[in-house]
Amino acid sequence: MEIERKMLTVYIMGEAYEVPEGSTILMATEYAGFQVKRGVGCREGFCGACATVYREKGDYKLKGGLACQTVVTDGMAIAQIPSVPAEKPIYNIAELEANENTFKELFPTVFRCVACNTCTKACPQDIKVMDYVQALKRGDIARAADLSFDCIRCGLCALRCPAEIVQYNAAILARRLYARHLAPKSPEVDIRIEEIEEGKYQPEIEEMKAMPKDKLSEKYYKREIKID
Amino acid sequence: MYPDYMMESIRMVERTRPKRLEIARKMGKSVFPPMSEDERAEVLNKYHPDYKEEARRVLNIGMNKGEKITTKVADMLESYSRIDPDRIDLSRFDMETDVLVIGAGSAGLSAALEASDAGANVLIATKLRLGDSNSMMAQGGIQAADQLDDNPAIHYLDAMGGGHFDNKPELVDALVNDGPIAIKWLEDLGVMFDKTKTGSMTVAAGGGTSRKRMHSARDYTGAAICRVLRDEVYNRPDKIKFIEYTAIIELVLDDKGQAVGAVAYHLENKQYSLIKAKSIIIATGGFGRLHVMDFETTNHYGATADGLVLAYRAGAPLLYMDSVQYHPTGAVFPEQIVGFLCTEKIRGMGAQPVNRDGELFVYPLEPRDVEAAAFIRESTDRGLGIKTPSGLVGIWLDSPLIEQLSGEGSIEKALPAMLRQFQRFDIDITKYPMLVYPTLHYQNGGIDINEKAETNIPGLYVAGEASGGVHGRNRLMGNSQLDIIVFGRRSGRYAAQRAASGATMGEPTLEHVRRYNKEASALGIDPKKVSPVVLPDYIPDHVKAKQLTAHYEGSLI
Repeated sequence: MEIERKMLTVYIMGEAYEVPEGSTILMATEYAGFQVKRGVGCREGFCGACATVYREKGDYKLKGGLACQTVVTDGMAIAQIPSVPAEKPIYNIAELEANENTFKELFPTVFRCVACNTCTKACPQDIKVMDYVQALKRGDIARAADLSFDCIRCGLCALRCPAEIVQYNAAILARRLYARHLAPKSPEVDIRIEEIEEGKYQPEIEEMKAMPKDKLSEKYYKREIKID
Repeated sequence: MYPDYMMESIRMVERTRPKRLEIARKMGKSVFPPMSEDERAEVLNKYHPDYKEEARRVLNIGMNKGEKITTKVADMLESYSRIDPDRIDLSRFDMETDVLVIGAGSAGLSAALEASDAGANVLIATKLRLGDSNSMMAQGGIQAADQLDDNPAIHYLDAMGGGHFDNKPELVDALVNDGPIAIKWLEDLGVMFDKTKTGSMTVAAGGGTSRKRMHSARDYTGAAICRVLRDEVYNRPDKIKFIEYTAIIELVLDDKGQAVGAVAYHLENKQYSLIKAKSIIIATGGFGRLHVMDFETTNHYGATADGLVLAYRAGAPLLYMDSVQYHPTGAVFPEQIVGFLCTEKIRGMGAQPVNRDGELFVYPLEPRDVEAAAFIRESTDRGLGIKTPSGLVGIWLDSPLIEQLSGEGSIEKALPAMLRQFQRFDIDITKYPMLVYPTLHYQNGGIDINEKAETNIPGLYVAGEASGGVHGRNRLMGNSQLDIIVFGRRSGRYAAQRAASGATMGEPTLEHVRRYNKEASALGIDPKKVSPVVLPDYIPDHVKAKQLTAHYEGSLI
């Protein structure tokens, strides 16, 4: 069933095209005939490849979004940003300390934050970017890790930041520090690894590896299910 | 928001919800009886897309000639190389490395890290950016048998049963035994798994698991893993180099039959270059973007199974290429997100699939192929699906139940990606159900490997979705995230060992490509058919009809 669609005019990289209403920016670009090679990735909002800036008709604001998740409006002017030139410090996660001194050393720009909240407004994931930057300044790594968790590294925050902070790179350091140095360790994982190294479950696995399919199938359909 | 006629069906779902909630509180996950072996076989035979006549055909070329495989894959393999081997000068390589990794999802990144740990110099080649992959999009979780009531032997049996006992036993052995070790490795690298206050892993059930062993990082599990691996690769610029927007389009062998290099193609400047390597790892992922049986897909833009073509032309056999995984719950409304993944974790947390009348019709956590086939039966023969304005059909996944079972706010906490995805299009999944239908998700089969990730070609390794055998003919949720780490690391380790072993390279050759081209020509295949596919083509017909350039050479692009 084809449905009748209203056509809208959008400006892709400065040039006008007619595209169907309801299209995302990515769909519109492909409809216009572009074979997209940059500024495209997962197409579902998880990879951050398709950062796009746009302005809508009659609005003075320059907005940011993901091309695969933003629906076009009539008169929208679109420019894709397939790559964000940003600094990324090199470090060895095992040797770092989970405190603000690490950030003073590796991300001194974090301490230049003027709390203007532009980053938060720019984030297509609605992450409280400024709040996690402030948390980093206080050395609250756990909070920064938690607040930044849904970051997809599209780079729109860094592009808008007047203090030249590369928020997303600081954020992944916070999350890695938290997981490596601050989160309590799972006792079960270490015990199980020891058991595996001792070969505790191997006889049972070897027995199943040697079983003919019908015997294994019988065992499978009789197995106990404990998932509540 | 849902149109009025769909809201009418939602009222029915709301009407049956209190009763279904009561069953869930009493019976846990067993809100509907699981299927027996015979019932599973029946629903699969009748309704799973793989069992349709047009789904498979006989392949006429290469190692698996004569075998019935997925039609779209056969079409892709019956084709010519993108290059004329006579125009490639093999006397000079442009780049040289110990280990070449093709693909930069979590399998490729794990391989690179492990190979560099083992002392090898690594070069990663990827046709998009580092980390651009299906790995980044995985939501629900990663399996590992590290809980007290669980163990690797139980995990082994679940994986074998899910795969219809077609899995290669030695690969499943490696998968389940390396599981807890993989979790520790990831956590030490800085992956933030969901945990209890005392540090124990928060685990959930998945389709076909007999224990709760799904580890998660909210519903960004794949991203949480992949972005850490990528960050770690960035941290090793001296040992791991990478080239982006560069697709590998052929392997180079030597006169002894070893894999010794690759032909690379740059997507922008269209130059070809030659890479010399002591070991090569294919980690190029699966085939979702081939749109098998014309299904929508959950897959990444680059999921065109390039590695399959390279390896197959070089003489590596494929395994189980007759089997395709359709994820039961792909979005079908709103149209902007059609085909997108709605993670299995939603059902793991208690959301129930129900029909137009709000009635349960299947155990929510059957293995994926069985669950998908049951959804198709409900929507087609039984006529109890819900039609969308654009003509698709789906069944309801009753997500608001999660809030009632686990408390208000639990969706926001555990499923932020899902909540955000639907909210962008004005649907609040804490209040309204999601409309879903099976969507093309995973390549169950792939290049045949052993437990060292080796192929039959010395020097060629495969890890992740590009490989076959780990999951038999149906993968369970969370075993792919585990597969890419376990076999990514194994491939990296053994590839580095081989690189250090001093194996000498013979005379480089593309004779295998010549031979394959001849075979294609003898079959009368249209000379315009080339592979690997590299990127899918979504340019609409009305534009194509006017693309009339006769010769794509030089500046004409």
